[in-house]
Amino acid sequence: MFKKALISAFILILLTGGIYIKPVQAAGGVVHPESQDWTTNGLFGFFDRKQLKRGFQVYQEVCASCHSVRLIYYRNLAEIGFSPDEIKKIAAEAEVPAGPNDEGETHNDGEPIMRPAKLFDKIVSPFPNDLAARAANAGALPPDLSLMTKARVNGPNYVHGLLTGFKDAPTGFKISEGMNYNPYFPGAQIAMAAPLSADSVEYADGTKATVEQMSKDVTAFMIWTAEPELEERKRLGLKVMLFLIVFTAMLYAVKRQVWAKLH
Amino acid sequence: MSKPTWKNPIVKWIDHRLPVFTFINHSAVTYPTPRNLNYFWNFGSLAGMVLVILIASGVVLSMNYSANTEMAFDSVERIMRDVNYGWLLRYVHMNGASMFFIVVYIHIFRGMYYGSYKEPRELLWIIGIFIFLAMMATAFLGYVLPWGQMSFWGATVITNLFSVIPFVGDAIVTWLWSGFSVDNPTLNKFFSLHYLLPFVIIGLVFLHLWALHTHGSNNPLGIDVKGDQDQVPFHPYYTAKDALGLGVFLIVFLGVVFFAPNFFGEPDNYIEANPLVTPPHIVPEWYFLPYYAILRAVPDNFIDVWGILPVIIPAKTAGVIGMFGSIILLLLLPWLDTSKVRSAKFRPTYFWLFWIFVIDTIILGYIGAKPAEGAFLLVGRLATLYYFLHLLVLVPLVGRFEKTRPLPDSISSAVITTGSNAKEGS
Repeated sequence: MFKKALISAFILILLTGGIYIKPVQAAGGVVHPESQDWTTNGLFGFFDRKQLKRGFQVYQEVCASCHSVRLIYYRNLAEIGFSPDEIKKIAAEAEVPAGPNDEGETHNDGEPIMRPAKLFDKIVSPFPNDLAARAANAGALPPDLSLMTKARVNGPNYVHGLLTGFKDAPTGFKISEGMNYNPYFPGAQIAMAAPLSADSVEYADGTKATVEQMSKDVTAFMIWTAEPELEERKRLGLKVMLFLIVFTAMLYAVKRQVWAKLH
Repeated sequence: MSKPTWKNPIVKWIDHRLPVFTFINHSAVTYPTPRNLNYFWNFGSLAGMVLVILIASGVVLSMNYSANTEMAFDSVERIMRDVNYGWLLRYVHMNGASMFFIVVYIHIFRGMYYGSYKEPRELLWIIGIFIFLAMMATAFLGYVLPWGQMSFWGATVITNLFSVIPFVGDAIVTWLWSGFSVDNPTLNKFFSLHYLLPFVIIGLVFLHLWALHTHGSNNPLGIDVKGDQDQVPFHPYYTAKDALGLGVFLIVFLGVVFFAPNFFGEPDNYIEANPLVTPPHIVPEWYFLPYYAILRAVPDNFIDVWGILPVIIPAKTAGVIGMFGSIILLLLLPWLDTSKVRSAKFRPTYFWLFWIFVIDTIILGYIGAKPAEGAFLLVGRLATLYYFLHLLVLVPLVGRFEKTRPLPDSISSAVITTGSNAKEGS
């Protein structure tokens, strides 16, 4: 009996080993963000496309002045509910280098020849390269947001905590020149100033643009940019699990029957 | 088991010239297997299955991967986003590696508990340890390929370990890198080796099975098979049992793949490698954590603290020796264990030593994930010390002085006389 308990405990520890390992890397942050109720959570997680469209609006009108989402193409926006015409309009607002024209020229008077972006282009980044980004942001590099929620411990909750976590530094806390206090950021000092304030955007669908709302919407958008396959993955996963459970139950019956002859 | 006679004329024609069908029949159908193997014996065949899954998914992944520092990270993201079911392939491959280690660790501990490494299975065990080493190398090389922050810095830390080799260390590191830092040539080389080593593992697995089938499986009682009444043919008994085990395993494995695919991973590896930015904590994948703890456990000025080594060895060198020594020592286990009785069922003292050793390795794994400071460092040192104490002192001594319980006459008598055991043994 005791041995069996030990064995099961051992297997349990092995299987859950990762749980104990996880909090370690979180030690870099100062405050642990509160868990939010994302629609993508759980076995039945899904994308709320209205929310993702709002999130894209926040990204485009607020974040995109400094942050790129370089892994996303304009065509991908169809996955969150934009129509082809809407996407064409969104894309056409940005410009990309046109490439050589009929005369083989890529530049005109030293200026690159540009054309409006199309569906097959990646969403145009605010800066041509990291150095330009740093130069425009007092030396700080605004990170790309495509994988943000996967690239941080407890990603979605961290991003939401950070976006809504700006406040005055506690007395005695020394803030460096040009930095802002945010207890969710490792070291509690961040070069980015609070990006969201009430009504930073005017939502097309009439939702009230509180900081909390905008933060949740843009974080949901980032969950999508990081894991665009999430919905399909979980749906397929449920089918696979259902199949495997039935199949394994049948294998169990087969095993019992085969071994019955021996007992 | 007599030679089978084949009815199908094509099978018969082939088998007469190249007896593949007879071979399969011998090693997977009629192969006599102890009748009392418990579910811990599933993990060997499971490991084989995972290896096949890893190779199959890896071959397809490689068709879309670019081993170039400029493109590697983005090519993996392209697989995740634009390749049909690329996300599934990659998550299966990535988590398959973790599953491989879970399965193999249970397989190794099972061997330790039931004394499967003892005469006449010493070589079987040793080949197994070489498979484990090859697995570790393959996993490490594979982890570098996505070219994330942990890929790059993990590669830098691990390759630097070789610099402790006297005289030629630095030259070896340069040779490993194909340059003067981890860079594009290193990535190319690692990709090539990551593709090569799994086939070396297959070769070793073949030897492992050959050695296994020479003397047959050990069993929970650890006593030799005495005759036909102790055995059953592999098929249908163990094919049915292994299939059930595979079903349960796939539920766990694919459950992780579909619902928590990044559970075992490091968030930092979703940041592209940047040689100019060091992550605050460089941690290896979870399956290397116990060894990482041993590596970092050895204190500076080793000689002052322990006073046993005749020459001064820098902490890094001693740590590397400890880390590799902890695995190399396992090769000697068949001779370090002096007990003639195989199964811990009949070894009351070793039974406890085994479980303490298991807990010790889990503690080492936990410590490996923590920063090497304060109480963590102290616990890590004690756990490291115990690891070697167990293998080098306790196991040899216990075998000599332990009063073992009486062994049953045969497998069949043990299974038939105690009804409850018979159930447990299936």
